[in-house]
Amino acid sequence: MTKQVITANRLDDGLAVFYGLDGQWHSSVSQAACVEKGEAAENLLANASNEENQLVVVGPYLIDVCGETGTLEPVRYRELIRTKGPSVRPDLGYQSN
Amino acid sequence: MALVKNNLVIKDAWINLDDEQDLPTGDVIVSLERWKTERETLLARSGQLGIRLNSDENPDQIIEDLAVFQVIALNFPTFMDGRAYSYARLLRERHGFDGELRATGNVLRDQVFLMHRCGFDAFEIAAGDNKALQIWLDAQKEMTTFYQPTGDGRKTAMSLRQRKRLAKAVS
Amino acid sequence: MYKYDDYDQQLVDERIEQFRDQVNRRLSGDLSEEEFRPLRLMNGVYLQLHAYMLRVAVPYGTMNSAQMRQFAYIARKYDKGYGHFTTRQNIQFNWPKLVDLPDILTDLSKVQMHAIQTSGNCIRNTTTDQFAGASYDELEDPRPWCEIIRQWSTMHPEFTYLPRKFKMAVTGAPNDRAAVAIHDIGLRIRRDDQGDLGFEVMVGGGLGRTPMIGKTICEFLPKEDLLSYLEAILRVYNQFGRRDNKYKARIKILVHEIGAEKFAELVEKEWEEIRDSVLHLPAEEIEEIQAHFNPPAFEVLPAHSSAYSEKVSSDQKFAYWVQNNVREHKQQGYAIANISLKPIGGIPGDINHQQMDLVADLADQFSFGEIRSTHEQNLVLAHVKRDDLYDLWQRLDEYGLATPNSGLITDLIACPGLDYCALANSRSIPLAQRISERFGELDRQHDIGKIQIKISGCINACTHHHVGHIGILGVDKKGQEFYQITLGGRADENAKIGKIVGAGLSTDEVVDAVETLINTYLDLRENADETFLDAFNRVGETPFKEALYGAGKK
Repeated sequence: MTKQVITANRLDDGLAVFYGLDGQWHSSVSQAACVEKGEAAENLLANASNEENQLVVVGPYLIDVCGETGTLEPVRYRELIRTKGPSVRPDLGYQSN
Repeated sequence: MALVKNNLVIKDAWINLDDEQDLPTGDVIVSLERWKTERETLLARSGQLGIRLNSDENPDQIIEDLAVFQVIALNFPTFMDGRAYSYARLLRERHGFDGELRATGNVLRDQVFLMHRCGFDAFEIAAGDNKALQIWLDAQKEMTTFYQPTGDGRKTAMSLRQRKRLAKAVS
Repeated sequence: MYKYDDYDQQLVDERIEQFRDQVNRRLSGDLSEEEFRPLRLMNGVYLQLHAYMLRVAVPYGTMNSAQMRQFAYIARKYDKGYGHFTTRQNIQFNWPKLVDLPDILTDLSKVQMHAIQTSGNCIRNTTTDQFAGASYDELEDPRPWCEIIRQWSTMHPEFTYLPRKFKMAVTGAPNDRAAVAIHDIGLRIRRDDQGDLGFEVMVGGGLGRTPMIGKTICEFLPKEDLLSYLEAILRVYNQFGRRDNKYKARIKILVHEIGAEKFAELVEKEWEEIRDSVLHLPAEEIEEIQAHFNPPAFEVLPAHSSAYSEKVSSDQKFAYWVQNNVREHKQQGYAIANISLKPIGGIPGDINHQQMDLVADLADQFSFGEIRSTHEQNLVLAHVKRDDLYDLWQRLDEYGLATPNSGLITDLIACPGLDYCALANSRSIPLAQRISERFGELDRQHDIGKIQIKISGCINACTHHHVGHIGILGVDKKGQEFYQITLGGRADENAKIGKIVGAGLSTDEVVDAVETLINTYLDLRENADETFLDAFNRVGETPFKEALYGAGKK
């Protein structure tokens, strides 16, 4: 079974964000709502893509994750880079906070 | 849906005819296909005639017949499909078409002005009358400086510079 | 360089307000993202992995010190203190907020800069020779023509929604430093039999999924006909270019599918109709634009300078920098100085705000306030007095800008790759850094000589890896970064697409593989003057392939 979360970029500043159980967008993947791939994931994506959210974020999509709530990490390195920041500039992006 | 022309919302008096529909009386706009197959019948009618072209139907095919049409409707299947900008300029500037050049399909706020510069003079905008008119009025206010000469007669930067040079030379 | 008049300024100002309104309409929901995306792209705004990215046009790679200072200011005020020079001579900022972008554009407009058409399916910034107006081998300065093209192509009502993006490059010298053959349109200034100057016109060059070298469709185009001819090409392309598949929508596919001859015929037919129209360029208009690019007030200087010679012989570090980074100038006593943005182990093309301010100051002090950006992601001060080179070099060195590696193996070209770019499949920068470190020792670089390595993080080929002497393409293989190597490409007047040598290599293997290729070259070259590319052309790919993959393997 594959676990997934929803990510997008925030409309006003473009930063990578993750869709939480509270229906809000968070800057940390660890705060993301984690669901099983399939119907549950598609339903969550439909919520995250609704009209209201179109004014908050751009292009929500599902990504595979591993780990438990609180320590979630994307599977693909592309998404891992998004959660942290440029691998060549550890002083920038979320990883610098 | 509203039809904007000459800074007004106008009532569309034309019947946009499906290929299957029987020929009514009055002014009709037909497809290229129908024009090709029913040419004689259409010419024999008393009402005015218009033609609509999809973006993959080059007006080259009707150049000989331009005098027959009072309206040519060029369709934008999506606003990203820019072929009709060239079609419009060719129809106006090369072939001298002086009837109504109507933009149809995905006609949006951020493109209508470019369309106008290329020779379109009527715009089918998917909005209520007031909104559609506002879209047109707002869009054409945005830019007043142009580099490219088109058939719309707007002065280009180059022509204005030339005029300045001339004025300087005279004085 | 070109200075805006009131018309140019007004157009840019109006464009900014138009964009400000577009941003507001997106934020309020009036515009959907689908509708907004092409609009923001046409104004240079991308949405990347971590944030928005703004690509600012540096028209044909020429800027002045005030503009460079403004970049520094923008980097500080709206970004994270740095910028990135691209392979199309533009500069990118990686962290602007959408809500700040209209203000950033306003700040740029104060120094006559903009981001118009730095992306989107429209005519992009025209690129050219970074040594334009300074090089000894030039027939004519290509920049006035680039400016004429800039104006004609800016917000062209007919060509704003082309099938795909459209890039042009112009060279005024027979030694092509602008890679014109791999552009949608490449223009080469040349002489006809009567000795008049005009353009050879190439179309359909481009890289990406289907790399192609441009084909000449006009051997000699009179200069005054440039715009009508370009309009004819674009009009044919806009009508007949494919729109059913975005991977087949570039003009190169149209030219390829109908054939260059047929394409030339269509253009010719269209051109005949508009050749004598208002697009015909009046001589006084050409002269007026050319006047903006008149040579600066050069001093009359002696052919030899003992002070300079003394510095070169007494300071080895300086001598190396002169040897590698300084080029011959057409004006006696002057030189062209390359500023390397490739420190060993650094990020190719990146420059921080202090360095930007420094370069601006040095341009004022030593080079008539003018700066160039290069498609190799470096900077150039084009008109430096030979006797000023030592002072210039010392100041550059203090700020890490004097790496003496221009044209050498560590002068790598790399795209931002997956560290920033939403389109990338793999990272480019870390690989560039590792190669740079592996070969960082200067004696070794001198031994290896002239060579160009180009690394792209995806098949869009922003670094032109197909025409690198060694090209490296990053791909994603089952979630892992892999790198495919091509050899023997070149982007100059003898442009050629490199050959893929074999299966992709893992991140761990690829730097060793480059070293294997280099060692193979060093072993088989006839003498130290035979470059990597010359040796490759002499012996073919086999020895390199065997060295990489073993004899007998594919």
